[in-house]
Amino acid sequence: MKKLLLLSGISVLTLTACGGGNDGDSNGDTNASASENGAEEVVVIGEDIEGATELTFWNFQELHTGFFEDAVNRWNEEYPDRPIQLTAETYPYDQMHNNLLLALQSGSGAPDIADIELNQYPNFLRGEPQLLPMNEYVEPELENFVQSRLEIYAKDGTYYGLPTHVGATVMYYNTEITEAAGVDIDSIETWDDYIEAGKQVVQNTDAVMTTVESDESWTFYPLISQRGSDYFDENGELILDNEANVDTLQFIHDLVYEEEIAQLTPGGFHHAEEYYGFMNDGGSASLMMPMWYMGRFTDYMPDLKGKMQIRPLPTWEEGGNRSAGMGGTGTVVTNQTEHPDLATEFLAFAKLTPESNIKLWEILGFDPPRFDVWDSQEMNEPNEFYDYFHDDIFEILLSIRDEINELNITEYNPDVAQELESNVYHSVLREQSQTPQEALEQAAEAVRSRIVE
Amino acid sequence: MATSTSEQRIHNEGVKKRRFRFLYSKKVAPYVFVSPFIISFLLLSLYPFLSAINMSFQRVLPGQIDYIGLHNYSRVFNPTFYTALQNTTIYVVWTVLILTFIPLVLAVLLNNRLMTFTNIFRAAIFIPALTSVIVAGTIFRMIFGDSEAAFANQVLQFIGLDAVEWRYGAGSGMFLMVALASWRWIGVNILYYLAALQNVNHDLYEAADIDGAGVWQKFRNVTFPAIKPVVIFLSTITIINGFRMFEESFVFWETSSPGNIGLTVVGYIYIEGIQRNDMGFGAAVGIVLLLIILVISITQLVLTGAFKKGDS
Repeated sequence: MKKLLLLSGISVLTLTACGGGNDGDSNGDTNASASENGAEEVVVIGEDIEGATELTFWNFQELHTGFFEDAVNRWNEEYPDRPIQLTAETYPYDQMHNNLLLALQSGSGAPDIADIELNQYPNFLRGEPQLLPMNEYVEPELENFVQSRLEIYAKDGTYYGLPTHVGATVMYYNTEITEAAGVDIDSIETWDDYIEAGKQVVQNTDAVMTTVESDESWTFYPLISQRGSDYFDENGELILDNEANVDTLQFIHDLVYEEEIAQLTPGGFHHAEEYYGFMNDGGSASLMMPMWYMGRFTDYMPDLKGKMQIRPLPTWEEGGNRSAGMGGTGTVVTNQTEHPDLATEFLAFAKLTPESNIKLWEILGFDPPRFDVWDSQEMNEPNEFYDYFHDDIFEILLSIRDEINELNITEYNPDVAQELESNVYHSVLREQSQTPQEALEQAAEAVRSRIVE
Repeated sequence: MATSTSEQRIHNEGVKKRRFRFLYSKKVAPYVFVSPFIISFLLLSLYPFLSAINMSFQRVLPGQIDYIGLHNYSRVFNPTFYTALQNTTIYVVWTVLILTFIPLVLAVLLNNRLMTFTNIFRAAIFIPALTSVIVAGTIFRMIFGDSEAAFANQVLQFIGLDAVEWRYGAGSGMFLMVALASWRWIGVNILYYLAALQNVNHDLYEAADIDGAGVWQKFRNVTFPAIKPVVIFLSTITIINGFRMFEESFVFWETSSPGNIGLTVVGYIYIEGIQRNDMGFGAAVGIVLLLIILVISITQLVLTGAFKKGDS
């Protein structure tokens, strides 16, 4: 009898555990527990408005929900006759993209609106994109935008995704360390200066000058883009193994093993828990990442508040580019929406207008892709990022605006990323079993073999 | 009134009886009882299997599906696939060795009358099987963290060895996957062996004792023949499970491991088919994997004599 009780107790527990997820949709408030379809967080915005059109929005980064929450509220205020109720669901990165691909492939189950990360985006452009064109809204605004940011989400002249930021890559310096080492960060102009400064840091402090990623591409990709190279040229030809790229990979390798001023990123990449802890404890004097990484500092490295300074990248030669546009998220409307007009118009409202671009900065700390707002007054109002870093962030951004090269994104970009992240960095930077030339040639060969289709 | 109610009841029961009469038919009943399994097999196994075969000849893109003949198959045999196959094969060899031998030894020990606390040991060994591989993997990942403060590295340093970056070496990566699988499945396999050991005829032991047989002779001539079918069964399912392994690799590296040290064939199907939106190619890899498992299993069953009739 006891056993029976125990067994039934266990099965009841299991059942309630499985069934508990539905609350997320019914009570409407933020619910951090899993929803019935495995979302990490479900937020319903505007549910108190009667007659509101219901739309769903999938993302992979809960910070983006906050941005859309603001957009829905602004929309509902401005268009009280066409209110929207948005259900924003956050999933883990891989899961969201996989679910979205399968839903679009199979023709059912997709949300109205979705965020797609740039690395995954080309997968969604293959075949006949199952996304709605946004040209009607994009074309009139083209001249106000950093255009390359719109192009990366377009295919054959049709714009499907709306960008979230420029992703200008900058150098974050920990001034506590650089001052202790006697380095003046404003005197660092070229990468040679940077290496010299790095030697001073290593000599005079316990920290390294910087960390290089071995599992992701946030070190290699910005550096090659900064010097005018890319994975593909503007005609879509693979140039992964060209001289500039080989040279750049050698440069990264040498930072670690020849100059000995850098180490491989703890945890393998700059979004790893291990890295946050390492950097927060003053492990490294500087970090090269795009502007959107600011939010990671404010969220995960609280001890560095007031110590971090943002500067343009050192140049490869005098007068060279001081930045590179990296990463991105395109927000799209899927063709499965039942309200195509409302969804596209709302998305344009949420991401293309000057107000929405100011919100991108205020809420997310992203450098907005619409540059006519960069010197607006709102952008200079105090907020947590000015508080954490310093207040001339947009002056720096304006000064490097024309030094950002375009990226040539093709449908094979995910293949290149896969080769680089699983083979090239590993064999060159970690194992040192291949030279940059060998590793990049091999990777290029592997990608070329896929292109012949 | 009363009569009409009872008439009604009788009538209802009659209808019920007629409705369910076929359940009492000796011919029909077995099919009714197995039908849930047949239906779920047809829907959940056979249909996907057939459509996978069909899909392996297609280029599947959103909005357009073309038949492209054997093109997907001609792409299968590339270096990445060989890496995946090699990793998987090494994994299979290790898991088969560990998961058929160690549980056998432990089961014999647990079955020994001289052993105390057997129930506690049985429970302790079986509990890992109840743990989800994701939960277990997360714990393993913490134990075998890359930092020097991680538990496994602390132990290594305590006995005077260097800390290891577990998830970055081919050898240590394989060790992690095999260790996780072994930790989980040893308990289940012990259960199979124990069940078989309970069925060994005790008269045979007595007879062996009278004949003066030693422990090893008794094991070789009495115990092992009795549990040989279980050994064959376990090695077969371990091979099949090994070739379709996915989670053990996924929990440590998700889909992209450094130098592809953790890439398995099923992981490769997942990457190509789902992540890279190349369903046709993923299906082709799946069919190739199916053929590999088929050939190896049949070979193994023939070699171990599982198809021979009446030799025991």
